[in-house]
Amino acid sequence: MRPIATTRSATGIPTGRLAVWWVIASEIVIFGGLLASYLMHRLGHPEFGTAEYAGATATYIGAFNTLVLLSSSYSAVKAHQAAEAGNGPLAAQRLLYTAGGGLVFVLVKSYEWYTEISHGYTITKNAFWSFYYVAAGIHASHVIGGMIIMLILYPAVKANKELQRVELIGNYWHFVDLVWIFLFPLLYIAK
Amino acid sequence: MSDHAHAHDHKGHGGHGHDGGHGAHVGPSYEKTFITLLVLLAVSVAGPEIGIKWLTLITAFGIAIVKAYLVASRFMHLNIEEKIVSYLLLAALAFLFLFFAGVAPDVMKHRGNNWENVAAQDEVHRATTEAAHAPAHH
Repeated sequence: MRPIATTRSATGIPTGRLAVWWVIASEIVIFGGLLASYLMHRLGHPEFGTAEYAGATATYIGAFNTLVLLSSSYSAVKAHQAAEAGNGPLAAQRLLYTAGGGLVFVLVKSYEWYTEISHGYTITKNAFWSFYYVAAGIHASHVIGGMIIMLILYPAVKANKELQRVELIGNYWHFVDLVWIFLFPLLYIAK
Repeated sequence: MSDHAHAHDHKGHGGHGHDGGHGAHVGPSYEKTFITLLVLLAVSVAGPEIGIKWLTLITAFGIAIVKAYLVASRFMHLNIEEKIVSYLLLAALAFLFLFFAGVAPDVMKHRGNNWENVAAQDEVHRATTEAAHAPAHH
């Protein structure tokens, strides 16, 4: 017995895929609003680019994390390719690589935050650091959420079941990567 | 509907542009797209090292837009997705710009015809003076 949502489509695309795009659209307003708020304040406060503000962020750590997320996005789309070919075990393995990339991202970010906080750059230090921790923190929570979903999907996908869900979590993951693509220059490069 | 492999319904599957419904995606390879993304990342990191402000902005944000386009079109397959998805995303962006336009004048400016944000002006003055007198960072 399958859920009704998987047996009908009013828009020409599968209901699950439409639902993920709907989530992504709402996330555009959430993250876009946060980043736009930061941009507004950044343009109104030129001191945001100085040493005690964005000047203290570690560009190369941010760049490494960008590399990690791009690589995990690549493994996510390769997982989708395997699912499309009907190869559940391969798709599941690539989903694991994707989740692994997310784990590396979170671990590097934890180290980065530990270093920054121990140097006195806390969330209450100034407005830039408030934005930094809130934006990167909400993003990291989305990374963790994506990883959890991938681990939940893993057993079924490995058993060649519900392979369409590989694309769905893949689309969500690519969006998480997209947000970081904009967060990285805003927080680490524009200083 | 079978649990095996493709649980898409045919309308959605056809709309996704697969040849024969079960073949590989056509278009630029994922590997080429990934390599392009890595090269663009390297350029965006190297750009600020040159030290020209406008060049930094172009390499950082211009490249971010290009990378976002590549991920959205090649990895998320937005270029072969049904149009309703693009409309949905554009509607979200429209709301975003609406919210931005509504508050931007009050946040980005610190004085208007009949008002002045003294606290923000003082903070900018304090922080820029402090930065100007601070010892050089590493």
